[in-house]
Amino acid sequence: MRYIQGFRDGDAARALSRLIAEEADTGRDYHLMEFCGGHTHAVFRHGIPDLLPGNIKLIHGPGCPVCVLPVARLDLAIELADRENIILASYGDMLRVPASRRDSLLNARSRGRDVRVVQSAVEALELAQQHPDHQVVLFAIGFETTTPPTALAIQQAAALDLPNFSVYCNHVLTPSAIQAILDSPEVRELGQVRVDGFLGPSHVSTIIGSAPYEFFAEEYQRPVVIAGFEPLDVLASIRMLVRQLNEGRAEVENQFTRGVTRGGNEKAKNMVAEVFELRPEFAWRGLGTVPYSGLRIKQQYQRFDAEKRFGLVAKDVRENKACQCPAVIRGVKKPTDCEIFGTVCTPRNPIGSCMVSDEGACAAYYRYRRYADDVSTADEHR
Amino acid sequence: MCLAVPARVEALHEFDQATVEVGGVRSKVSLAFVDGVEVGDYVIVHVGHAITRLDVEEAEKSLALFRELAEKIGADPNALYPGLS
Repeated sequence: MRYIQGFRDGDAARALSRLIAEEADTGRDYHLMEFCGGHTHAVFRHGIPDLLPGNIKLIHGPGCPVCVLPVARLDLAIELADRENIILASYGDMLRVPASRRDSLLNARSRGRDVRVVQSAVEALELAQQHPDHQVVLFAIGFETTTPPTALAIQQAAALDLPNFSVYCNHVLTPSAIQAILDSPEVRELGQVRVDGFLGPSHVSTIIGSAPYEFFAEEYQRPVVIAGFEPLDVLASIRMLVRQLNEGRAEVENQFTRGVTRGGNEKAKNMVAEVFELRPEFAWRGLGTVPYSGLRIKQQYQRFDAEKRFGLVAKDVRENKACQCPAVIRGVKKPTDCEIFGTVCTPRNPIGSCMVSDEGACAAYYRYRRYADDVSTADEHR
Repeated sequence: MCLAVPARVEALHEFDQATVEVGGVRSKVSLAFVDGVEVGDYVIVHVGHAITRLDVEEAEKSLALFRELAEKIGADPNALYPGLS
Protein backbone atom coordinates (compact mmCIF):
# COMPACT_ATOMS: atom_id res chain seq x y z
CA MET A 1 0.00 0.00 0.00
CA ARG A 2 3.03 2.26 0.38
CA TYR A 3 2.90 3.05 -3.32
CA ILE A 4 -0.78 3.91 -3.16
CA GLN A 5 -1.28 5.71 0.16
CA GLY A 6 2.04 7.52 -0.14
CA PHE A 7 0.67 9.42 -3.12
CA ARG A 8 -2.43 10.58 -1.27
CA ASP A 9 -0.82 12.67 1.46
CA GLY A 10 -2.94 15.67 2.45
CA ASP A 11 -0.08 17.99 3.42
CA ALA A 12 1.70 17.43 0.14
CA ALA A 13 -1.57 18.05 -1.74
CA ARG A 14 -1.99 21.32 0.14
CA ALA A 15 1.55 22.32 -0.78
CA LEU A 16 1.01 21.49 -4.46
CA SER A 17 -2.30 23.35 -4.45
CA ARG A 18 -0.51 26.44 -3.23
CA LEU A 19 2.35 26.13 -5.69
CA ILE A 20 -0.08 25.73 -8.59
CA ALA A 21 -1.98 28.83 -7.48
CA GLU A 22 1.25 30.80 -7.23
CA GLU A 23 2.49 29.72 -10.62
CA ALA A 24 -0.75 30.01 -12.56
CA ASP A 25 -0.91 33.31 -14.41
CA THR A 26 -4.07 35.11 -13.31
CA GLY A 27 -4.17 36.87 -16.66
CA ARG A 28 -5.05 33.74 -18.60
CA ASP A 29 -7.03 30.50 -18.45
CA TYR A 30 -5.62 27.01 -18.60
CA HIS A 31 -7.82 24.43 -20.32
CA LEU A 32 -6.37 21.03 -19.56
CA MET A 33 -7.90 17.80 -20.84
CA GLU A 34 -7.49 14.68 -18.80
CA PHE A 35 -7.77 12.13 -21.55
CA CYS A 36 -8.47 9.13 -19.39
CA GLY A 37 -11.73 8.39 -17.61
CA GLY A 38 -9.70 6.98 -14.74
CA HIS A 39 -8.29 10.46 -14.26
CA THR A 40 -11.76 12.00 -14.39
CA HIS A 41 -12.82 9.80 -11.50
CA ALA A 42 -9.58 10.37 -9.57
CA VAL A 43 -10.02 14.12 -10.02
CA PHE A 44 -13.52 14.13 -8.54
CA ARG A 45 -13.01 11.45 -5.95
CA HIS A 46 -10.19 13.43 -4.39
CA GLY A 47 -11.82 16.83 -4.84
CA ILE A 48 -9.06 18.15 -7.06
CA PRO A 49 -11.15 20.84 -8.82
CA ASP A 50 -11.55 22.48 -5.42
CA LEU A 51 -7.79 22.61 -4.96
CA LEU A 52 -7.24 24.52 -8.18
CA PRO A 53 -7.60 28.21 -8.88
CA GLY A 54 -10.62 29.12 -10.98
CA ASN A 55 -8.63 29.77 -14.13
CA ILE A 56 -7.48 26.14 -14.39
CA LYS A 57 -10.27 24.20 -16.04
CA LEU A 58 -10.27 20.45 -16.42
CA ILE A 59 -11.95 19.08 -19.55
CA HIS A 60 -12.92 15.45 -19.54
CA GLY A 61 -11.68 13.38 -22.45
CA PRO A 62 -12.87 10.25 -24.23
CA GLY A 63 -10.58 7.76 -22.47
CA CYS A 64 -13.28 5.35 -21.40
CA PRO A 65 -13.53 2.28 -23.64
CA VAL A 66 -17.02 1.46 -22.44
CA CYS A 67 -18.23 4.98 -23.26
CA VAL A 68 -16.73 5.18 -26.74
CA LEU A 69 -17.92 1.80 -27.96
CA PRO A 70 -20.70 2.47 -30.48
CA VAL A 71 -24.08 0.92 -29.79
CA ALA A 72 -23.88 -1.03 -33.05
CA ARG A 73 -20.86 -2.96 -31.73
CA LEU A 74 -22.59 -3.71 -28.44
CA ASP A 75 -25.68 -4.87 -30.34
CA LEU A 76 -23.49 -7.43 -32.09
CA ALA A 77 -22.23 -8.73 -28.76
CA ILE A 78 -25.82 -9.19 -27.62
CA GLU A 79 -26.68 -10.85 -30.93
CA LEU A 80 -23.84 -13.28 -30.26
CA ALA A 81 -25.03 -13.98 -26.73
CA ASP A 82 -28.51 -14.68 -28.10
CA ARG A 83 -27.26 -17.42 -30.39
CA GLU A 84 -27.47 -21.03 -29.29
CA ASN A 85 -24.53 -22.70 -27.65
CA ILE A 86 -22.50 -19.57 -27.04
CA ILE A 87 -20.91 -18.41 -23.80
CA LEU A 88 -20.11 -14.72 -24.01
CA ALA A 89 -17.30 -13.72 -21.66
CA SER A 90 -17.17 -10.00 -20.91
CA TYR A 91 -15.47 -7.60 -18.56
CA GLY A 92 -18.00 -6.53 -15.94
CA ASP A 93 -18.13 -2.91 -17.14
CA MET A 94 -20.05 -3.83 -20.29
CA LEU A 95 -22.98 -5.70 -18.78
CA ARG A 96 -25.22 -2.78 -17.89
CA VAL A 97 -24.45 -0.59 -20.90
CA PRO A 98 -27.69 0.18 -22.75
CA ALA A 99 -27.84 -1.14 -26.30
CA SER A 100 -30.55 -0.70 -28.93
CA ARG A 101 -34.14 -0.94 -27.72
CA ARG A 102 -32.93 -0.66 -24.12
CA ASP A 103 -31.45 -4.11 -24.27
CA SER A 104 -28.18 -4.97 -22.49
CA LEU A 105 -25.98 -7.96 -21.84
CA LEU A 106 -27.51 -8.13 -18.39
CA ASN A 107 -30.95 -8.37 -19.98
CA ALA A 108 -29.63 -11.10 -22.26
CA ARG A 109 -28.52 -12.98 -19.19
CA SER A 110 -31.90 -12.56 -17.53
CA ARG A 111 -33.57 -14.14 -20.55
CA GLY A 112 -31.40 -17.19 -20.02
CA ARG A 113 -28.39 -16.42 -22.17
CA ASP A 114 -24.97 -17.43 -20.95
CA VAL A 115 -23.09 -14.18 -20.30
CA ARG A 116 -20.18 -14.51 -17.90
CA VAL A 117 -18.14 -11.83 -16.21
CA VAL A 118 -14.40 -12.40 -16.43
CA GLN A 119 -11.64 -10.38 -14.85
CA SER A 120 -9.02 -11.39 -17.34
CA ALA A 121 -8.79 -12.77 -20.84
CA VAL A 122 -7.24 -15.95 -19.47
CA GLU A 123 -10.45 -16.72 -17.59
CA ALA A 124 -12.28 -16.79 -20.92
CA LEU A 125 -9.70 -19.22 -22.19
CA GLU A 126 -10.26 -21.44 -19.16
CA LEU A 127 -14.02 -21.31 -19.78
CA ALA A 128 -13.40 -22.63 -23.27
CA GLN A 129 -11.35 -25.50 -21.89
CA GLN A 130 -14.04 -26.31 -19.31
CA HIS A 131 -16.88 -26.21 -21.85
CA PRO A 132 -15.66 -28.01 -24.96
CA ASP A 133 -19.25 -28.36 -26.22
CA HIS A 134 -19.82 -24.57 -26.20
CA GLN A 135 -18.36 -21.74 -28.22
CA VAL A 136 -16.73 -19.23 -25.86
CA VAL A 137 -16.40 -15.68 -27.18
CA LEU A 138 -14.37 -13.05 -25.35
CA PHE A 139 -15.94 -9.60 -25.75
CA ALA A 140 -12.65 -7.72 -25.83
CA ILE A 141 -12.73 -3.97 -25.28
CA GLY A 142 -10.17 -1.51 -24.03
CA PHE A 143 -7.27 0.74 -24.85
CA GLU A 144 -3.62 -0.29 -25.11
CA THR A 145 -3.47 -1.35 -21.45
CA THR A 146 -6.00 -4.12 -21.99
CA THR A 147 -4.87 -5.24 -25.45
CA PRO A 148 -1.75 -7.27 -24.53
CA PRO A 149 -3.69 -9.71 -22.32
CA THR A 150 -6.09 -10.33 -25.22
CA ALA A 151 -3.14 -10.94 -27.56
CA LEU A 152 -1.69 -13.39 -25.07
CA ALA A 153 -4.99 -15.26 -24.79
CA ILE A 154 -5.19 -15.61 -28.58
CA GLN A 155 -1.62 -16.89 -28.74
CA GLN A 156 -2.33 -19.39 -26.00
CA ALA A 157 -5.51 -20.52 -27.76
CA ALA A 158 -3.41 -21.06 -30.90
CA ALA A 159 -0.81 -23.02 -28.94
CA LEU A 160 -3.56 -25.20 -27.42
CA ASP A 161 -5.36 -25.35 -30.77
CA LEU A 162 -8.64 -24.56 -29.00
CA PRO A 163 -11.46 -24.92 -31.52
CA ASN A 164 -14.15 -23.31 -29.36
CA PHE A 165 -12.49 -20.02 -28.35
CA SER A 166 -12.70 -16.74 -30.23
CA VAL A 167 -12.41 -13.01 -29.61
CA TYR A 168 -14.81 -10.23 -30.58
CA CYS A 169 -12.18 -7.53 -30.88
CA ASN A 170 -13.00 -3.89 -30.06
CA HIS A 171 -9.60 -2.68 -28.97
CA VAL A 172 -8.91 0.98 -29.69
CA LEU A 173 -5.91 3.30 -29.69
CA THR A 174 -5.25 6.32 -27.52
CA PRO A 175 -3.11 8.45 -29.88
CA SER A 176 -5.74 8.27 -32.65
CA ALA A 177 -8.41 9.44 -30.24
CA ILE A 178 -6.31 12.40 -29.10
CA GLN A 179 -5.69 13.33 -32.69
CA ALA A 180 -9.40 13.03 -33.49
CA ILE A 181 -10.13 15.52 -30.71
CA LEU A 182 -7.47 17.94 -31.90
CA ASP A 183 -8.77 17.64 -35.46
CA SER A 184 -12.44 17.93 -34.49
CA PRO A 185 -14.29 20.99 -35.78
CA GLU A 186 -15.18 21.98 -32.20
CA VAL A 187 -11.51 22.44 -31.40
CA ARG A 188 -10.19 23.66 -34.73
CA GLU A 189 -12.86 25.97 -36.05
CA LEU A 190 -15.80 26.51 -33.78
CA GLY A 191 -13.73 27.19 -30.71
CA GLN A 192 -16.31 25.39 -28.57
CA VAL A 193 -13.63 23.35 -26.90
CA ARG A 194 -10.32 24.78 -25.98
CA VAL A 195 -7.58 22.34 -25.04
CA ASP A 196 -4.25 23.88 -24.07
CA GLY A 197 -2.60 20.72 -22.84
CA PHE A 198 -3.17 17.08 -21.96
CA LEU A 199 -2.83 14.96 -18.88
CA GLY A 200 -1.71 11.74 -20.53
CA PRO A 201 -2.82 8.30 -19.31
CA SER A 202 -0.06 6.57 -17.39
CA HIS A 203 -1.30 2.99 -17.52
CA VAL A 204 -1.77 3.06 -21.28
CA SER A 205 1.70 4.56 -21.48
CA THR A 206 3.33 1.78 -19.47
CA ILE A 207 2.69 -0.22 -22.64
CA ILE A 208 3.09 2.30 -25.50
CA GLY A 209 5.64 4.55 -23.78
CA SER A 210 5.72 8.33 -23.91
CA ALA A 211 7.12 8.54 -27.44
CA PRO A 212 3.76 8.34 -29.32
CA TYR A 213 2.67 11.65 -27.77
CA GLU A 214 5.68 13.54 -29.11
CA PHE A 215 3.85 13.98 -32.41
CA PHE A 216 0.96 15.93 -30.83
CA ALA A 217 3.21 18.04 -28.70
CA GLU A 218 5.19 19.01 -31.76
CA GLU A 219 2.56 19.09 -34.50
CA TYR A 220 -0.30 20.65 -32.53
CA GLN A 221 1.87 22.58 -30.08
CA ARG A 222 0.13 21.13 -27.03
CA PRO A 223 2.11 20.00 -23.99
CA VAL A 224 1.46 16.49 -22.69
CA VAL A 225 2.30 15.28 -19.20
CA ILE A 226 1.96 11.54 -18.56
CA ALA A 227 0.26 11.54 -15.18
CA GLY A 228 -0.19 8.90 -12.50
CA PHE A 229 -3.65 8.23 -11.08
CA GLU A 230 -3.16 9.16 -7.43
CA PRO A 231 -4.14 12.68 -6.34
CA LEU A 232 -0.55 13.89 -5.80
CA ASP A 233 0.36 12.59 -9.25
CA VAL A 234 -2.50 14.54 -10.81
CA LEU A 235 -1.68 17.74 -8.94
CA ALA A 236 2.04 17.50 -9.73
CA SER A 237 1.20 16.91 -13.40
CA ILE A 238 -1.12 19.92 -13.51
CA ARG A 239 1.74 22.00 -12.13
CA MET A 240 4.04 20.68 -14.84
CA LEU A 241 1.48 21.60 -17.52
CA VAL A 242 1.04 25.09 -16.08
CA ARG A 243 4.80 25.57 -16.16
CA GLN A 244 5.09 24.42 -19.75
CA LEU A 245 2.28 26.74 -20.83
CA ASN A 246 3.79 29.66 -18.91
CA GLU A 247 7.12 29.10 -20.57
CA GLY A 248 5.58 28.58 -24.01
CA ARG A 249 6.84 25.01 -24.26
CA ALA A 250 4.94 22.10 -25.81
CA GLU A 251 6.80 18.96 -24.80
CA VAL A 252 6.05 15.49 -23.57
CA GLU A 253 6.95 15.17 -19.91
CA ASN A 254 6.60 12.13 -17.76
CA GLN A 255 5.37 12.50 -14.20
CA PHE A 256 4.78 8.76 -13.77
CA THR A 257 8.47 7.91 -13.86
CA ARG A 258 7.85 4.91 -11.63
CA GLY A 259 6.11 3.02 -14.41
CA VAL A 260 6.50 4.73 -17.78
CA THR A 261 9.53 4.89 -20.05
CA ARG A 262 9.90 6.51 -23.45
CA GLY A 263 9.77 3.17 -25.26
CA GLY A 264 7.15 1.42 -23.14
CA ASN A 265 6.87 -2.33 -22.71
CA GLU A 266 8.55 -3.85 -25.76
CA LYS A 267 7.53 -7.39 -24.91
CA ALA A 268 3.85 -6.48 -24.68
CA LYS A 269 4.02 -4.29 -27.79
CA ASN A 270 5.59 -7.11 -29.79
CA MET A 271 2.90 -9.53 -28.70
CA VAL A 272 0.18 -7.09 -29.76
CA ALA A 273 1.91 -6.51 -33.12
CA GLU A 274 2.11 -10.26 -33.65
CA VAL A 275 -1.63 -10.82 -33.22
CA PHE A 276 -3.33 -7.54 -34.20
CA GLU A 277 -3.24 -5.12 -37.09
CA LEU A 278 -4.78 -1.69 -37.64
CA ARG A 279 -8.31 -1.43 -38.94
CA PRO A 280 -8.48 1.16 -41.72
CA GLU A 281 -11.15 2.85 -39.63
CA PHE A 282 -13.21 2.29 -36.53
CA ALA A 283 -16.38 4.03 -35.39
CA TRP A 284 -16.33 5.66 -31.96
CA ARG A 285 -19.28 6.94 -30.06
CA GLY A 286 -18.84 10.70 -29.91
CA LEU A 287 -15.85 10.96 -32.19
CA GLY A 288 -17.38 9.30 -35.24
CA THR A 289 -15.30 7.26 -37.66
CA VAL A 290 -11.61 7.67 -36.89
CA PRO A 291 -9.02 6.34 -39.35
CA TYR A 292 -6.57 3.75 -38.04
CA SER A 293 -7.95 3.96 -34.54
CA GLY A 294 -8.87 0.36 -33.82
CA LEU A 295 -7.33 -3.09 -33.99
CA ARG A 296 -8.43 -6.31 -35.64
CA ILE A 297 -7.08 -9.82 -35.53
CA LYS A 298 -4.46 -10.62 -38.17
CA GLN A 299 -5.09 -13.10 -40.96
CA GLN A 300 -2.75 -15.58 -39.34
CA TYR A 301 -5.00 -15.80 -36.25
CA GLN A 302 -8.31 -15.22 -38.00
CA ARG A 303 -9.74 -18.54 -36.89
CA PHE A 304 -10.02 -16.88 -33.47
CA ASP A 305 -11.84 -13.84 -34.85
CA ALA A 306 -15.45 -14.02 -33.69
CA GLU A 307 -16.56 -11.53 -36.36
CA LYS A 308 -15.41 -13.94 -39.06
CA ARG A 309 -16.38 -17.15 -37.29
CA PHE A 310 -19.95 -16.02 -36.71
CA GLY A 311 -20.32 -13.69 -39.71
CA LEU A 312 -21.18 -10.62 -37.67
CA VAL A 313 -22.45 -7.65 -39.66
CA ALA A 314 -23.17 -4.32 -38.00
CA LYS A 315 -26.64 -2.84 -38.38
CA ASP A 316 -27.70 0.76 -38.24
CA VAL A 317 -28.95 1.92 -34.89
CA ARG A 318 -30.74 4.92 -33.58
CA GLU A 319 -29.31 6.33 -30.39
CA ASN A 320 -31.43 7.93 -27.73
CA LYS A 321 -31.76 11.54 -28.85
CA ALA A 322 -31.87 13.02 -25.38
CA CYS A 323 -28.59 11.39 -24.36
CA GLN A 324 -25.66 13.77 -24.66
CA CYS A 325 -22.94 11.12 -24.32
CA PRO A 326 -21.36 11.90 -27.69
CA ALA A 327 -20.92 15.58 -26.80
CA VAL A 328 -19.71 14.69 -23.31
CA ILE A 329 -17.11 12.34 -24.78
CA ARG A 330 -15.78 15.09 -27.03
CA GLY A 331 -15.56 17.49 -24.11
CA VAL A 332 -18.11 19.81 -25.74
CA LYS A 333 -20.68 19.40 -22.99
CA LYS A 334 -20.52 18.67 -19.32
CA PRO A 335 -22.68 15.90 -17.91
CA THR A 336 -24.77 18.47 -16.06
CA ASP A 337 -25.59 20.14 -19.40
CA CYS A 338 -27.59 17.04 -20.33
CA GLU A 339 -31.29 17.33 -19.69
CA ILE A 340 -31.71 13.78 -18.50
CA PHE A 341 -28.63 13.75 -16.25
CA GLY A 342 -29.51 12.58 -12.76
CA THR A 343 -33.22 12.47 -13.52
CA VAL A 344 -34.07 9.96 -16.22
CA CYS A 345 -30.47 8.79 -16.51
CA THR A 346 -28.85 7.54 -13.31
CA PRO A 347 -26.32 4.80 -12.59
CA ARG A 348 -29.17 2.47 -11.61
CA ASN A 349 -31.10 3.21 -14.77
CA PRO A 350 -28.51 4.45 -17.27
CA ILE A 351 -29.53 5.76 -20.67
CA GLY A 352 -26.03 6.45 -21.93
CA SER A 353 -22.74 4.63 -21.54
CA CYS A 354 -21.07 7.55 -19.73
CA MET A 355 -23.42 6.98 -16.80
CA VAL A 356 -22.64 3.26 -16.60
CA SER A 357 -18.92 3.01 -16.64
CA ASP A 358 -16.71 3.59 -13.65
CA GLU A 359 -14.71 5.76 -15.97
CA GLY A 360 -17.56 7.70 -17.52
CA ALA A 361 -17.75 11.43 -16.87
CA CYS A 362 -21.50 11.30 -16.10
CA ALA A 363 -20.96 8.59 -13.49
CA ALA A 364 -18.19 10.68 -11.91
CA TYR A 365 -20.42 13.76 -11.76
CA TYR A 366 -23.31 11.76 -10.40
CA ARG A 367 -21.26 10.10 -7.72
CA TYR A 368 -19.14 13.00 -6.55
CA ARG A 369 -20.57 16.32 -7.73
CA ARG A 370 -24.29 15.86 -8.11
CA TYR A 371 -24.98 18.40 -5.36
CA ALA A 372 -21.92 20.57 -5.92
CA ASP A 373 -22.49 24.22 -6.56
CA ASP A 374 -20.50 24.08 -9.72
CA VAL A 375 -20.86 27.64 -10.93
CA SER A 376 -17.15 28.29 -11.34
CA THR A 377 -16.66 25.41 -13.72
CA ALA A 378 -20.10 25.32 -15.28
CA ASP A 379 -19.46 28.18 -17.65
CA GLU A 380 -16.11 27.04 -18.85
CA HIS A 381 -16.50 25.62 -22.30
CA ARG A 382 -19.86 26.62 -23.55
CA MET B 1 -10.96 -0.18 -17.69
CA CYS B 2 -7.33 0.90 -17.55
CA LEU B 3 -7.37 0.76 -13.79
CA ALA B 4 -4.18 -0.82 -12.51
CA VAL B 5 -2.68 -1.21 -9.06
CA PRO B 6 0.87 -1.55 -7.77
CA ALA B 7 1.31 -4.90 -6.03
CA ARG B 8 4.18 -6.72 -4.35
CA VAL B 9 5.26 -10.09 -5.70
CA GLU B 10 5.05 -12.73 -2.97
CA ALA B 11 5.71 -15.97 -4.80
CA LEU B 12 6.61 -17.12 -8.29
CA HIS B 13 4.93 -20.10 -9.96
CA GLU B 14 5.42 -21.99 -13.19
CA PHE B 15 4.09 -20.72 -16.54
CA ASP B 16 4.91 -17.05 -15.76
CA GLN B 17 2.40 -16.95 -12.91
CA ALA B 18 2.90 -15.19 -9.59
CA THR B 19 1.06 -14.44 -6.37
CA VAL B 20 0.92 -10.73 -5.60
CA GLU B 21 -0.31 -8.84 -2.58
CA VAL B 22 -1.79 -5.39 -2.16
CA GLY B 23 -3.27 -4.21 1.14
CA GLY B 24 -3.63 -7.77 2.42
CA VAL B 25 -5.42 -8.99 -0.70
CA ARG B 26 -3.65 -11.74 -2.60
CA SER B 27 -4.24 -12.76 -6.16
CA LYS B 28 -2.66 -14.72 -8.90
CA VAL B 29 -1.39 -12.75 -11.89
CA SER B 30 0.49 -13.41 -15.08
CA LEU B 31 4.04 -12.13 -15.53
CA ALA B 32 4.07 -12.81 -19.27
CA PHE B 33 4.84 -9.16 -20.13
CA VAL B 34 7.66 -8.51 -17.68
CA ASP B 35 10.96 -10.34 -17.55
CA GLY B 36 13.15 -11.19 -14.59
CA VAL B 37 10.70 -10.37 -11.80
CA GLU B 38 11.74 -11.63 -8.37
CA VAL B 39 9.96 -12.06 -5.07
CA GLY B 40 9.78 -8.69 -3.32
CA ASP B 41 9.60 -6.70 -6.56
CA TYR B 42 6.63 -4.47 -7.28
CA VAL B 43 4.59 -4.75 -10.46
CA ILE B 44 1.61 -2.78 -11.79
CA VAL B 45 -1.31 -5.15 -12.31
CA HIS B 46 -4.17 -4.78 -14.80
CA VAL B 47 -6.83 -7.41 -15.63
CA GLY B 48 -4.78 -10.20 -14.10
CA HIS B 49 -1.52 -9.29 -15.79
CA ALA B 50 1.52 -7.37 -14.65
CA ILE B 51 1.83 -4.70 -17.33
CA THR B 52 5.10 -3.28 -16.09
CA ARG B 53 7.49 -3.35 -13.21
CA LEU B 54 7.13 -0.58 -10.65
CA ASP B 55 10.44 1.24 -10.50
CA VAL B 56 10.86 1.44 -6.72
CA GLU B 57 13.78 3.83 -6.95
CA GLU B 58 11.74 6.31 -9.01
CA ALA B 59 8.70 5.86 -6.75
CA GLU B 60 10.83 6.62 -3.68
CA LYS B 61 12.26 9.69 -5.40
CA SER B 62 8.74 11.01 -6.09
CA LEU B 63 7.64 10.22 -2.54
CA ALA B 64 10.67 12.02 -1.09
CA LEU B 65 9.87 15.06 -3.21
CA PHE B 66 6.26 15.08 -2.04
CA ARG B 67 7.37 14.65 1.58
CA GLU B 68 9.68 17.61 1.27
CA LEU B 69 6.86 19.73 -0.12
CA ALA B 70 4.57 18.53 2.65
CA GLU B 71 7.05 19.49 5.37
CA LYS B 72 8.16 22.78 3.88
CA ILE B 73 4.83 24.16 2.79
CA GLY B 74 1.94 21.78 3.35
CA ALA B 75 2.17 21.56 7.13
CA ASP B 76 1.20 25.22 7.32
CA PRO B 77 -2.60 25.30 7.70
CA ASN B 78 -2.67 28.45 5.58
CA ALA B 79 -0.87 26.70 2.78
CA LEU B 80 -3.96 26.43 0.60
CA TYR B 81 -4.07 29.28 -1.78
CA PRO B 82 -6.05 32.24 -0.42
CA GLY B 83 -9.07 31.69 -2.62
CA LEU B 84 -9.85 28.51 -0.71
CA SER B 85 -9.82 29.73 2.85
